[in-house]
Amino acid sequence: MSEHKTMTLTLNVWRQKGPNAPGKFETYTAKGITEHHSFLEMIDVVNEDLIKAGKDPIVFDHDCREGICGMCSQVINGVPHGGQERTTVCQLHMRKFKDGDTIYIEPWRAAAFPILKDLIVDRSAYDTITQAGGYTSCHTGGVPDGNALLVPKGVADYAMDAAECIGCGACAAGCPNSSAMLFTSAKVAQLAVLPQGQAEAKKRVTSMVDAMQECGFGNCSNHYECQAVCPKGINVKFIAKLNREYLKAQF
Amino acid sequence: MILDGKCPTGPIEKTWDKHRFDLKLVNPANKRKYKVIVVGTGLAGGAAAASLGELGYQVEAFCYQDSPRRAHSIAAQGGINAAKAYPNDGDSIYRLFYDTIKGGDFRAREADVWRLAQVSNNIIDQCVAQGVPFARDYAGYLDNRSFGGAQVSRTFYARGQTGQQLLLGAYSALSRQIKAGTVKMYPRREMLDLVVVDGVAKGITVRNLITGELESYAADAVCLATGGYVNVFYLSTNAMGCSVTANWKAYRKGAFFANPCYTQIHPTCIPQAGDYQSKLTLMSESLRNDGRCWVPKKKEDLAKHPDQIPEEDRDYYLERKYPSFGNLAPRDIASRAAKEQCDDGRGVGPGGRGVYLDFSTSIGRVGENTIKERYGNLFEMYEKITDENAYKRPMRIYPAPHYAMGGLWVDYNLMSNIPGLFVLGEANFSVHGANRLGASALMQGLADGYFVIPYTIGGYLAGVKPGTVGTDNPEFKKSVEDVVSYRDKLLSVNGKKTVSEFMREVGHLMWENCGMARSKESLTDNLKKIPALKEEFWKNVKVTGTGAELNQDLENAGRTADFLEFAELLCTDALHREESCGGHFRVEHQTSDGEAMRDDENFCYVGAWEFKGDGKDPELHKEPLRFENVHLAVRSYK
Amino acid sequence: MSLFTSTVGRKIIMAITGQLMVLFVIVHLLGNSSIFIGPNGINAYAEHLHSLGPLVWVFRLIMLVLVSLHGWFGIQLTLENKAAATTTYAVNRKLKASFAGENMIWTGLIVLAFIVYHLLHFTARVTPDIVAGTDAAGRYDVYTMVVSSFQHGAIALIYIVAMIALLLHLFHGIQSFFQTMGWNSERSQCRITTGGRVVAAILGLGYIAIPVSILIGILNK
Repeated sequence: MSEHKTMTLTLNVWRQKGPNAPGKFETYTAKGITEHHSFLEMIDVVNEDLIKAGKDPIVFDHDCREGICGMCSQVINGVPHGGQERTTVCQLHMRKFKDGDTIYIEPWRAAAFPILKDLIVDRSAYDTITQAGGYTSCHTGGVPDGNALLVPKGVADYAMDAAECIGCGACAAGCPNSSAMLFTSAKVAQLAVLPQGQAEAKKRVTSMVDAMQECGFGNCSNHYECQAVCPKGINVKFIAKLNREYLKAQF
Repeated sequence: MILDGKCPTGPIEKTWDKHRFDLKLVNPANKRKYKVIVVGTGLAGGAAAASLGELGYQVEAFCYQDSPRRAHSIAAQGGINAAKAYPNDGDSIYRLFYDTIKGGDFRAREADVWRLAQVSNNIIDQCVAQGVPFARDYAGYLDNRSFGGAQVSRTFYARGQTGQQLLLGAYSALSRQIKAGTVKMYPRREMLDLVVVDGVAKGITVRNLITGELESYAADAVCLATGGYVNVFYLSTNAMGCSVTANWKAYRKGAFFANPCYTQIHPTCIPQAGDYQSKLTLMSESLRNDGRCWVPKKKEDLAKHPDQIPEEDRDYYLERKYPSFGNLAPRDIASRAAKEQCDDGRGVGPGGRGVYLDFSTSIGRVGENTIKERYGNLFEMYEKITDENAYKRPMRIYPAPHYAMGGLWVDYNLMSNIPGLFVLGEANFSVHGANRLGASALMQGLADGYFVIPYTIGGYLAGVKPGTVGTDNPEFKKSVEDVVSYRDKLLSVNGKKTVSEFMREVGHLMWENCGMARSKESLTDNLKKIPALKEEFWKNVKVTGTGAELNQDLENAGRTADFLEFAELLCTDALHREESCGGHFRVEHQTSDGEAMRDDENFCYVGAWEFKGDGKDPELHKEPLRFENVHLAVRSYK
Repeated sequence: MSLFTSTVGRKIIMAITGQLMVLFVIVHLLGNSSIFIGPNGINAYAEHLHSLGPLVWVFRLIMLVLVSLHGWFGIQLTLENKAAATTTYAVNRKLKASFAGENMIWTGLIVLAFIVYHLLHFTARVTPDIVAGTDAAGRYDVYTMVVSSFQHGAIALIYIVAMIALLLHLFHGIQSFFQTMGWNSERSQCRITTGGRVVAAILGLGYIAIPVSILIGILNK
């Protein structure tokens, strides 16, 4: 809890006025940063200085700042969310950095995630994929009792492991092919193992895979970079599950 | 004015069924002629938009985030209550109703709470059908855990991410309707005005947060599901974007603001580490199932490592003060108890603002693995933030602003005093009284969205001719002009202080003078300082950039300006309520052992405030509360 | 059929064709290993293969289809991936993706070019270094042909480089097959990855062993 030790860091931040404007790196100095600052709080500090100097602050997506909303989306030194295992940018703390470090901060880069401004990208493609079939077509009301369908613990746990996805986009941003397979597969797998989701399993997997392709994401070639950068550690076994479901759906 | 909640009468068990039957219906072919706006896509808004779209209404849904899946309901950790009574431990709809009324310190409407308890069971079924992976036992049955303020296990959960799973369930239902074309989704839009035509809510003005353009949307009814306002304390467990803005704009257009002083301070949050901090992180209440709160008995032990403090020198203050509920005392009580220990100079950690939440007893009983399975993600999050391992060393926790029980006034149909304006979820005031019990917010949000508004909105729309007002109505043009001039005013101040400096200041004033303990003196002090701060804001704030672009500084400036106005109303309400109840604790009104003392004779009512114009005092309207089923009693958890 | 157009479908085709070719590579290596027995070994083996007659051509046709599908979709998918990932990051840092995995297209193209050369070399025998003749038993003398070719350092080097490319390709490809077919699980993933890499290494080194043995004189005329 020592407040006396502070760090000074050099930031190279991607600045881009709008979707079609050219972007470039600008260099800033972050001063007076303690090990207890979160990464976003460190940028807050830089922004306060920028505002006071009458300059435009760095814009970045962020909201809950507790690692669950999936809004924050920065590539830090080449790795989405900065490379601490199972951690979003907002939960990354400056104790992971050293005084004098130079840090590169970039937006997600993928053709399907166009940059809107600075570090903010448009991730609506993920909504499009979900809309293609990431649900059970139950109506509001008129459903059976929650215990009418038994779901053994192992199955419920498997579904929950997949359902933890926060839809942040890191998987596609980190993927050398900009593929959204981990995101898509997490939803497919969750609903494929639960009895509630099985009725539509075939239609779901094909529609969601098609939507993913139409959104302009690349093809999965099993690098597993997605799992490594995923702030929830979503396992690539769900991609295998998607592949299996997809194959089943062909017959 | 005496407000009428339009609650159905008769035996409480029949109220909702009878009311549902009495409500007028819109026939299926006519539903598609009506347009409904839903602002906010959390549990309440998302569920409402999906359900209304499915019924056949043309729904337009708005959220400020980039996707409806990111609403802050997602951050709820612990669970959702329902009166399923699966564990066979004596639960019932009546008991959930009773616990909620009592937990709210007798400041909520009986009929609303009954309805909530009644539909709670449907919610669980609905979510299961959607594929929400609730915790199950090995045989496949739904599992339950315990939460504060109840002596039964009625909380359903999905690890420590129940809110996320429920929200993703609602989001999936919403996605299905978007695909079907019944709901049109407008993300990255912030509502900046309510458009009222001839006294009836007919639309909204929003800012497109990407382009900065102002857009008008007209509808036959407007539903606000825009969440709570505890970011008025600056540091809270809310998301950075949570604000009072939508509600405040509606208030300025005539909607009454009810009980703004009822704010929930959650007992188990990670203590603040420094001044730069931007938010506080909650550690789920469910941790109190297995964690024990304590502070050292002796001040000289404060500097010691907790392991070096022997058992007999530890004060398990909740177990001592409330033997029957112990560590599962309701939030308001647990928070005040923690504050009491720290005020007594026995708080731990930096600044002495913290108490221990110790898992060693449970780890000894069930083993570290079981604890890891139950709360692993919370322990992980705690370690990321504090760099301490809570399996080895007790967590340090401290209360933090978490939830707003107050909100826009609504009647039993969830309609505000402005016809056509409905308010759902945390944004309204209706069911939690002066204190919300754990795992009840998720229940309320989904109840309102899935099982209340689909019925009650029909009752209103059946009496309205569809599509009478379009965006060509002069009120829409005027609304946009007002928003533009307000925006330009913000941008033109060009002072020296940043928006967040003002927000920190107002937050500090609110926390110190209107937080866990309030007094006439502290509130009066705030009522002088806050208007002065507001005045300074409009003279000295610096907002960069322009209105015609993605401008987060401008967004924050607008929200802060609204919080500055709202803070004054909150303090006014707190000052007028000369009693202590639930989350509202007036130091003048306490028992000899420091418990809250209600004044049922004079304050057993909902206080709803009406905006009378800038610079004028708001007017108080009262809705008397009648308790026919649960008798007013001193709330005791001893 | 969406197997030939969709992202997952084409990956499945890649996986199946790739895996069948791995089986061929295994069999081919086993056959080639007969060179270590001496002229009698490999010459008898070659003679036996030729005696299969039309079956050889059926087999060659199948191989052509496999190579074509695998190559065609491999190039197509790679071009799509390049289009999906337009910009690279200023700092190139990967936590998990491997060199082998990221360069499948290049190792694949090297192997493809090698196959063409290899067919011209030992099947069509049109390259100038070929020593064609028969052995004492009147069989085609594969042993002498191979040994005399690989005594040219440059030719041996071509084979060694190609086999390193093959090794890298399979290093990623074998485990990738199990993942794409959906036969992977959390528990098996680590074993499959390691197993795939071991097999890739055995195959690659096995093939490399032949030119190296000839170069250093363990095998000679």
